[in-house]
Amino acid sequence: MTDTPAIEARRLCAAYHRQPVLTDITLALPAGQWTAIVGPNGAGKSSLLKVVTGSLQPLSGELRILGGSANQQRRAGKIAYMAQQEQMEWDFPVSVRETVMTGRYGLMRQDPWWQRLMPDHWANPAHRRAVEEALEAVDMRDHAAGPIGELSGGQKKRVMLARALAQQADILLLDEPLAGVDPPSERLILDMLERERRAGRTIIMVTHDLPSARRHADQVALINQTLVGMGPPAEMLSDAMLAQLAVGVAPRSTAGGVRAAA
Amino acid sequence: MPLLESLGSDLIEALIGLLMIPIGLLPDSLSAPFEYRFMQRALLTSVLVGAICGLLSSFVVLKRWSLLGDAISHAVLPGVAIAYLLGWPFFIGAFITGALTSLGIGAIERHTRIKSDAAMGLMFTAAFALGIVIISKIASSTHLMHILFGNVLGVQTSALMLTLLAGVIAILAIWLAYRPLLLYTFDPQQAQALGFNIGLIHYGLILLLTLTIVASLETVGIILVVAMLITPGATAHLLTDRFKPMLAIAVLVGIISAVAGLLLSFHLDVASGGAIVLVATALFCLALIAAPKHGLLVRVWRRNRLQE
Ligand SMILES: Nc1ncnc2c1ncn2[C@@H]1O[C@H](COP(=O)(O)OP(=O)(O)OP(=O)(O)O)[C@@H](O)[C@H]1O
Ligand SMILES: [Mg+2]
Repeated sequence: MTDTPAIEARRLCAAYHRQPVLTDITLALPAGQWTAIVGPNGAGKSSLLKVVTGSLQPLSGELRILGGSANQQRRAGKIAYMAQQEQMEWDFPVSVRETVMTGRYGLMRQDPWWQRLMPDHWANPAHRRAVEEALEAVDMRDHAAGPIGELSGGQKKRVMLARALAQQADILLLDEPLAGVDPPSERLILDMLERERRAGRTIIMVTHDLPSARRHADQVALINQTLVGMGPPAEMLSDAMLAQLAVGVAPRSTAGGVRAAA
Repeated sequence: MPLLESLGSDLIEALIGLLMIPIGLLPDSLSAPFEYRFMQRALLTSVLVGAICGLLSSFVVLKRWSLLGDAISHAVLPGVAIAYLLGWPFFIGAFITGALTSLGIGAIERHTRIKSDAAMGLMFTAAFALGIVIISKIASSTHLMHILFGNVLGVQTSALMLTLLAGVIAILAIWLAYRPLLLYTFDPQQAQALGFNIGLIHYGLILLLTLTIVASLETVGIILVVAMLITPGATAHLLTDRFKPMLAIAVLVGIISAVAGLLLSFHLDVASGGAIVLVATALFCLALIAAPKHGLLVRVWRRNRLQE
């Protein structure tokens, strides 16, 4: 492991239709570690991940991924992303296995052209193996052939996680992977993420589950429109810091504070 | 160019010959109309239009682009009119105004606070109005009727060539870019995270849609082409939970509607566009009632069984 941060943001600002959601964020998330991102609803945690994945263009500031340009690293398949699930089209006609396979689509660009024109079951065996392993890791092999529309909320979460895993990317960006899953699945997911971290991957997890963050994360980033603090879980998740987080210390905005106080 | 043209007409002859094989197996009452040369060409056009519309309709339905399809098809009218004024082939003008309108919709949506449905409604009615104004000044009303409602029985060689070209382009594009297109339709955010060029895929798909609409103009007409871009896909969506079968079923529904509509139009002497769309709608209703998993009959049966 080198010292190059997995994700490095400098003076990053972002907005939806001129309404600011992120102001002046400067942070460096170390590679090979587990970072939990914590903050109130509407704080801009998902938006921060969207800036990293490229679906929200920053207004200003700089973003580097593993020391390189963000777009280049995305194209190289370095970023696996699991969105917060409300944004997905769940009645889309694909099976669970096909959904997980979409996690490999970026890497398929490196296959020879004739292999890329083949259907999934004739695709490069490396892709198929990665998909089966990922399904196994989240215990969804039994549902693999069924349509995604017929899964429960927790099962959907596990499928989305499997898709991110199948990519075997250096960085896992997970938006609330623990929300709405039952305790056994939560154990399964956390154990699996521990294995991924031991394998050298960077885990960046947005969560409202403070006990899990305390137990597993190497550090916590507190976000409320801007970076409120970053450091070891014991320090960041203290009552004093959490109180400060709820008020919001966003310097150039009152919106975050008002929302949190309301 | 002459080489390309002769290649095109050879291909058309070959395809007509191919289509005549299954027609030969039909009972005489059905196959008799295809003795006529114009019916053979109408048949080939119908099959092609049904196939490409069906192919694109799966994307339109899943991407919720029905209104966009309607907008582009209406926006084609001023292009046809202007092309007529300048003596160009109609499809060049049609393609230009169709594409310009879809770009205009995107620009309004992105840079103002107007929502997308209003942006579409505004742009396409404006374009359509412009088309009506120009045409009312220059062309005879029968010509206008044919553009608005289609006339597959009188399809011209240039239009048939264009339809063929559009079909080849659509099939190649969807085959070559199958995975990016699927991922973009299914989950654009994921496509973005994997570094796919979302803008390129988005506008590529819109251009493909415009091309399909322009290629279908003479067959189903401006007003009704959007039905062929929705109904086959919607029917297929009721019948399967997989993407590739959905594409295949939609293509099949498109072809069946187009061919059956052509026959109805010939025998009953009614407008071909209307006949084709009515057949497609009938197929949709059939699927709605009798689909194996999402059909009404199955649902009623399942509910009754639960109550027992
Ligand atoms: N697509 C959008 N268009 C406009 N505003 C948006 C959009 N998505 C989010 N916002 C706004 O941006 C702010 C931050 O949203 P974001 O989803 O990043 O919050 P979050 O920290 O992930 O919250 P949660 O914990 O509820 O998931 C919110 O005020 C929200 O209203
Ligand atoms: Mg969120």
